[in-house]
Amino acid sequence: MQTDALSTTFAALADPTRRAILARLAIGEASVQELAEPFDISLPAVSRHLKVLEHAGLISRGRHAQWRPCRIEAAPLRTAQDWIAERRAEWERNFDQLAAYLAETAPGKTPGDES
Amino acid sequence: MSKPAAQHATFSIDRRFDAGIARVYAAFATAEGKARWFAGPNEKWEMLRREFDFRVGGREYLSGRWRAGMAPRADFSVSTFEAFYFDIVPERRIVYAYDMHLDDRHISVSLATLEFTTVGACTELKLTEQGVFLDGFDDAGGRERGTRDLLERLATSL
Repeated sequence: MQTDALSTTFAALADPTRRAILARLAIGEASVQELAEPFDISLPAVSRHLKVLEHAGLISRGRHAQWRPCRIEAAPLRTAQDWIAERRAEWERNFDQLAAYLAETAPGKTPGDES
Repeated sequence: MSKPAAQHATFSIDRRFDAGIARVYAAFATAEGKARWFAGPNEKWEMLRREFDFRVGGREYLSGRWRAGMAPRADFSVSTFEAFYFDIVPERRIVYAYDMHLDDRHISVSLATLEFTTVGACTELKLTEQGVFLDGFDDAGGRERGTRDLLERLATSL
């Protein structure tokens, strides 16, 4: 497991302003000015938050010289954690089917007996 | 952020079954038993091919097609599982390696260990899976997934 990458992701998420920025970006791209509007903080402060989010790979920024729109990136959040969640869910579902099969075929149980 | 070539992860699941160890083990060790529970969800998934050669060095194979709109992710239809058995101790332990494909994308390679223990009239099963997941997983729609998914994940991870 890539603990370092995950730590970076979680550290970036451990700030309410940065989470609010991500929530805003989930709706669509936005410029630094647009992102700063709802917050009572300076543009440089917003820029610092964006740098943290960018470093964590949670957002990317356009390369246009004047207007560098910020965009949310899903990749860091869907790494090993997602893989585990999917494999785990698959196993649990299969084990549920196994438990049902074992119950159906229990000794002394007649086929079709639902009691 | 550059895409990692491979990521490793380990997890385990403990599950208690209300059945004796012989019956639980048989559900893993016989073709009839395994076919009864090891499959995709009936209503969403149609089996394409199944092979089961349960012995050390033997191979197991299962592929299935997800019905339209039913796949866990929207961008694939056929999932394929292929396994090779490395260690078998009857009613005690099974170790096998397996990999997964979604269509032609190689998703993961795993080592799975199953340990069976009798607990009273029940059987305790411990699954430990050590896996490496490959680039195909992220390519499988990572960027295209909706923002709703992302926000749900944010909510549950905080």
